[in-house]
Amino acid sequence: MLNTVTLAADIKAPSMNYEALAPMLIVFGAGCASVLVEAFAPRAARHIVQTVLTLVALIAGFVALLFVDRDGLKTAADAIAIDTTGLFLQGTILVLGLVSVLLIAERSLTPGGEFVAHAAVAPGSTDDKKLTASVYSQTEVFPLTLFAIAGMMLFVTANDLLVMFVALEVFSLPLYLLCGLARRRRLLSQEAALKYFLLGAFASAFFLYGVALMYGYAGAVDFASIHNAVQADRGDETLLLMGLAMLIIGLLFKAGLAPFHSWTPDVYQGAPTPVTAFMSACTKIAAFGGILRLLYVGFGELKDDWRPLLIGVAILTMLVGSILAVTQQDLKRLLAYSSIANAGFLLTGALAMNKEGVSSTLFYLVAYGFTTLGAFAVVMLVRDADGEATHLKRWAGLGRRSPIIAAVMTFFMLAFAGIPLTSGFTSKFAVFSAALAGDAVSPVIVGVIASMILAFPYLRLVVLMYVTEPGESGADVHVPGAFTSAALTLGVVATLLLGVAPQPLLDLAEQASQFVR
Amino acid sequence: MSALLLSAALGLPILAAILMLFVPVRQAPWWGLGAAIIILAASCALLAGREHFGMWHEVNVRWVSNLGVNWHLGVDGLSWPLIGLTALLVVGCAAYLLDRPVQRDVRQLLALIFVLQFALVGVFLALDTIVFFVFFELTLPPMYAIIAGWGGAKRTYAARKFALYTLVGSALLLLGVVLLSIDAGTTNLVTLQGGGHGSLAVFAILAVAFAVKSPLWPLHTWLPDAHTEAPTVGSVLLAGVLLKLGTYGFIRVGVGTMPDAAADASPVIGIFAVGAIVIGALICLAQTELKRLIAYSSVGHMGFVLLGIAAGTTAGLQAAVIANVAHGFITGLLFVLVGIIKERYGTGELAQLGGIRFSAPRLAAIFGLATIASFGLPGLAGFWGEAFAIVATVQRGGGLWMTLASCAAIGAALTVAYFLRVLRQVIARPADAVQPTSGWSFGEVIAVVPLVLGVLVLGLWPNGVLSLSLGPVTQIAEALP
Repeated sequence: MLNTVTLAADIKAPSMNYEALAPMLIVFGAGCASVLVEAFAPRAARHIVQTVLTLVALIAGFVALLFVDRDGLKTAADAIAIDTTGLFLQGTILVLGLVSVLLIAERSLTPGGEFVAHAAVAPGSTDDKKLTASVYSQTEVFPLTLFAIAGMMLFVTANDLLVMFVALEVFSLPLYLLCGLARRRRLLSQEAALKYFLLGAFASAFFLYGVALMYGYAGAVDFASIHNAVQADRGDETLLLMGLAMLIIGLLFKAGLAPFHSWTPDVYQGAPTPVTAFMSACTKIAAFGGILRLLYVGFGELKDDWRPLLIGVAILTMLVGSILAVTQQDLKRLLAYSSIANAGFLLTGALAMNKEGVSSTLFYLVAYGFTTLGAFAVVMLVRDADGEATHLKRWAGLGRRSPIIAAVMTFFMLAFAGIPLTSGFTSKFAVFSAALAGDAVSPVIVGVIASMILAFPYLRLVVLMYVTEPGESGADVHVPGAFTSAALTLGVVATLLLGVAPQPLLDLAEQASQFVR
Repeated sequence: MSALLLSAALGLPILAAILMLFVPVRQAPWWGLGAAIIILAASCALLAGREHFGMWHEVNVRWVSNLGVNWHLGVDGLSWPLIGLTALLVVGCAAYLLDRPVQRDVRQLLALIFVLQFALVGVFLALDTIVFFVFFELTLPPMYAIIAGWGGAKRTYAARKFALYTLVGSALLLLGVVLLSIDAGTTNLVTLQGGGHGSLAVFAILAVAFAVKSPLWPLHTWLPDAHTEAPTVGSVLLAGVLLKLGTYGFIRVGVGTMPDAAADASPVIGIFAVGAIVIGALICLAQTELKRLIAYSSVGHMGFVLLGIAAGTTAGLQAAVIANVAHGFITGLLFVLVGIIKERYGTGELAQLGGIRFSAPRLAAIFGLATIASFGLPGLAGFWGEAFAIVATVQRGGGLWMTLASCAAIGAALTVAYFLRVLRQVIARPADAVQPTSGWSFGEVIAVVPLVLGVLVLGLWPNGVLSLSLGPVTQIAEALP
């Protein structure tokens, strides 16, 4: 009895700034409520209740975000840093998460939606076939998505390595599950989930080992203490460098940067397309948010040690992504390699080590997120009897059968290729000029070459849609439902606006490039 | 007023492109022709308020200030002749499509032509390095689509090759202008003019970028494929205007902003230019297909333009300006005529054609006029550029430049040789050759007449263009050491 009293007196509950944490708390709370909906709501009402709950939670989170103090503060015993960069990233995750949820909630394209009818039924069994053909579907995808979004929001504001690790797991575990939930081609989907999980577990282990080594070096795990320890040059440098290397490996994996990129194509191909869209937009934001914070806040003093290495990683990533994209025959794999190459462009911006570097990376994340969500939304529309027709050959002659969808896809491809007056050009230009200003010339040269190479797979798809005669195996284009239409419209408008009038967002990103330590 | 005129010249093509998507298919070319004529009028309106030096009209507003990019447009005596040329060639293209069945939706083709015109006018109006690049790059998608969508049998290959070369060129261009702008701390082409910034390396990067577009031998190999496979209207715009982006960029962005580096590099450019003239002519002598031959002849003609730029004197740069415009008219006309010949006779092979003088005398006459204009007969448009370029080279003096001038003159003679061969083969040879399937259509007449007039007027009154460009060209030439 006495014992517990002393313990309670010894441990002081950290003060919480609930206002600053409100966006995250809303999304986490909605995730928990969503689990309860799964348990108690009648089956017929679940989809609509979950959709509304998720969308409302994300909008409420965004509104709450607007009221957070933007001076930069630390809360929860300094474990969470609510600074402008963190807020910008959280806002971006919420908005792009919302667009992803629109795709996830779409059910008009195929009976029952994109997600598995009953995950526990063995793939290919009689029950499975019956269920796949029915409109029956489970809705656990919504709580999983909410937890993933909340985890990402925590990840980009984590101010110490342990919280960062916890957040990493909070958003990764739902993602592993989400990857395995495809309604069709279930074995491929489950294979993707398993692959992602195994490799992701390795990466997490690396990260955790890095945290341990870093504790051995600095005696603490928060970025401020690590920064001070590095500045004072105390402790064992071997521990420091090994720890840093392990931390970076963990993050490189999440961001899909070479040589830790090899999971990306398989997972992107196997996962249900709305989840792929979600991952390619939001996971990238979270991962780069983590990388920026780790490198700029925690280990900025050590940049002479890690910068040359990461420049090599950026160069390798851009080359691997762009060259392998050229050889792809499957559209989802093509977009996966393109996302790898884009991760390289993002890293180039992050390595500029100046204010423009951070702001251009932030801008790139938003621009790329909208375009990639739009592109995957189009992928969802082109289908045949077996679901989505992702083989490039099936897209031949699409321009004649549905000119509008083909035009929209062409626009996204031009944006990916970095043609001016689309967001793709503005964002590439921003990161490259930041990197040039920061004396990182070699990744820029490789980046320009890589974006040239990358233009070819995109142009090839455009040619297929417009020029190639449609074969007998051409796929149908489904009329997009309200949700997909909304997502597509948002993607097109954002891609165009950020290309023609990027100034407001660039201003915002510039104001946002301010970390607290 | 300036803003209005510039916005009209740049914005009308985009409006026309959108309009094309909504007009009925059957009347689409008429709508296109009407729009093209209105755009031509808007381009001519820019002539109001022309001045000897400096910008006639200028607009400069902030666009993306974080990146230091301004929406800075303007027109002067250097850019207006090319804007006018573009507008006139688009009129010709729209007229050519009037009563011509095309393999796909003609509205899309017209819309792409207007989008291309938008990008081209944008390049010529741009006074900001980044805006210049933006429009330069924007020319790729519509041209690519025109070749890939309406081209000949090997169109996919040709379009891909065109895209590959263009992308390499524009990547270098981006690198060059960004390095130049970072070094100078400004993207303003007006303040950049006169030099003091950049280096030989930056100039070299830009020079290669423009050399790909011009195209300068040995970077020309995309050109014959693209021209041969492109539809007639595509070839007209490709040869008539797109190649000028390279030479215009050379003058405005290359030589204009980095005169010292340009002077250092001029012997190298001169050698390559003369190489292009001689080798282009030799290749043409060996061609057996009419369209491919005309395509290769552009290599030699653009060689003269680049030789004038390399010479770097006022006379040389003036030669480049007039040769640019003249080549646009002549080659545009030649491609229209080749298109007509190939359609009427069903073949472009020199061996199969013959005796057009008998079967289609008027066509033969105009084709003959275009041909002799192309090899530079005095009194026609092609003469001034070639003659001035050689004169300017001789004026530079010294062994190297004298050698270059003589080689260029030999190249000019070879040009005469291959064109005479064409004339004999196609027009004169009395032949049991293929017979025409049709006569002149209204659209063809409308397409050909302005171009013929252009060739004649430019030949008899070169001062029309030269007096416009004298001011800016003198400024650039004086900055050269």
